[in-house]
Amino acid sequence: MNEKIIKFVQGNEACVEAAIYAGLGFFAGYPITPSTEIAELLSVRLPQTGGKFLQMEDEIASICAIIGASLTGNKVMTATSGPGFSLMQEALGYAVMAEIPCVIVNVQRGGPSTGNPTHVSQGDINQARWGTHGDHSIIVLTASNHQDVFSITVDAFNMAEMYRTPVILLFDEVVAHLREGLTIPEKGALDIVDRLKTSVKRGVDFHPYLPREDGRLPMSDFGGIHRYNVTGLFHDMWGFPSSDPKVVHGLLRHLVDKIENNVYDISRYKEYFLEDARTIFVSYGSSARSALHVVKNRRARGERIGLLELQTLWPFPAGIVREKCSEAQCIIVVEMNMGQVLQQVKTAVDNPDKVFLANRIDGELITPTDIRNIMRLIQGRGV
Amino acid sequence: MAIKDYIRERFFPQMWCPGCGHGIILNGLIKAVEELGLNKNDIVMVSGIGCSARISGYLDFHTMHTLHGRALAFATGIKMSRPELNVLVPMGDGDALAIGGNHFIHAARRNIDMTAIVMNNRVYGMTGGQYSPLSGYGTLATTAPYTNIDHPFDVVDLAVAVGATFVARSTTYHIRQLTDLIKKAITHKGFSVVEILSQCPTYYGRKNKEGNAYEMMELMKQTTTPVGSEAKKQNHDLIETGVFVETDKPEYCTEYDKIIERAKKDN
Repeated sequence: MNEKIIKFVQGNEACVEAAIYAGLGFFAGYPITPSTEIAELLSVRLPQTGGKFLQMEDEIASICAIIGASLTGNKVMTATSGPGFSLMQEALGYAVMAEIPCVIVNVQRGGPSTGNPTHVSQGDINQARWGTHGDHSIIVLTASNHQDVFSITVDAFNMAEMYRTPVILLFDEVVAHLREGLTIPEKGALDIVDRLKTSVKRGVDFHPYLPREDGRLPMSDFGGIHRYNVTGLFHDMWGFPSSDPKVVHGLLRHLVDKIENNVYDISRYKEYFLEDARTIFVSYGSSARSALHVVKNRRARGERIGLLELQTLWPFPAGIVREKCSEAQCIIVVEMNMGQVLQQVKTAVDNPDKVFLANRIDGELITPTDIRNIMRLIQGRGV
Repeated sequence: MAIKDYIRERFFPQMWCPGCGHGIILNGLIKAVEELGLNKNDIVMVSGIGCSARISGYLDFHTMHTLHGRALAFATGIKMSRPELNVLVPMGDGDALAIGGNHFIHAARRNIDMTAIVMNNRVYGMTGGQYSPLSGYGTLATTAPYTNIDHPFDVVDLAVAVGATFVARSTTYHIRQLTDLIKKAITHKGFSVVEILSQCPTYYGRKNKEGNAYEMMELMKQTTTPVGSEAKKQNHDLIETGVFVETDKPEYCTEYDKIIERAKKDN
């Protein structure tokens, strides 16, 4: 009989437990605050499950190693923070181009540069989207509490397999280091997407980059029964380099469309009291916790206020934001940066003039009081 | 099997310049694999970026053409996942030791069982003849028009210092030795380094007036000597070839299997 396991853990540990639950087989990483606990915990947990943990010489080597390990059939992950995430960008693009499933955790800290290593920030939203060079699309997920960190981490592994793509988990220092309860779901309670493997038999020509009718690309474990080529160059259906304009155009279209055409399936969000809300907070990660606190207090006083908490940041769920905010008179984006999601919300809604920013960029968590004060300023009532 | 059984014939003739040494290395490598009787399905080749990196596309193994300098890091993930495979990592001198220097020293330090082949032509060929860390003081390159003031290092010395357990050097002139050394390196359990001096008549040779491919190979013959030879004692400028180190040290994948055993027992 399965027993419910309840733990009192950090967000980083919730991520680790979820990764193991999702079937993680290989992790490579390099120590960096505030993500280090993920590496430490996996050095304990992974070999217990027969998986492998490597501490590499830098973050570049870490992401390259997991890409190699993924190709051979493993579910893989690495974890880092801003400076390390910057170093990973080239190889992230390789995983996009070669369509290799992998999960990259970025526990955000203050930046740019070495920045504010032990303090919170949400400044890497646009980097996660556009950090690697060239046109591409990418999936970026986040969460505000440990139960959601668990489920969104499982989602990240599932989406990596489903779309053959890197998926970025963009947590923040507060969620990563905060301790709270986590109930580990029973085995089977959450769906797990396993690697889609080709049915092409040994000795038969296998096309690693020929999509099935449903658009998915079955894989053959690298080093196994089919010999093929993998490259970061534009390539044909065999994986061999090509600069034929038709091939280049077709591949780039495919890389973008496989994600952008599935934005509704990829979108994860939570809504609180939106049905009659005239004021709507749009937030994510730890700032959504403060926004929810304000919403609950004000609801108790009869205010028509609600929260749209985004868990999928990219592809940006513009349609969902527009629809949920269509009746709002005031939309306040609560985030800990200079307005990175704000710009997306302004583009998504019908009237960008009613979208405001409530932010904090000093390394401290934005508090309910901060949000209340900014609301008063927006309403012209002073602090 | 015949040579053509190991190559992807449809990509030939290859893209290297006439006279380039890399085709000789390709030939020696195929001979080594053939003489060892290895199954093509048991060989993974991971390459980086540059002229050298194109070698993987020509071979009918499991092949991965990765990022500049990072081949060993990708290969580490593959080898750790599938330790039973023979992992070969051909790299250029800039690829292995400039941009990839960090990965080179740490892969060697771990003693992970793979074969690093440094195809050293002392130049960045693909981008048009810029100096590499191994070009040498006083040489000319398209980015060293007033002569190069960068000092090189010795690949063999470096590999030995950072813990590679098999270290050897040959040249494209010494095709039989080159083949034998690759065979030994593949067979060795641990991190193996084979430096192969290769000629780039198009850029290095032309800039430094070393002549055509034939003359550059003749120069390799004249400037090298077997390791430990009398000639070296007489003339310190000679470059030694042969096996420099062949030792046993716990291999990384094997050691990790013991970690898994320990972790499962403790749990």
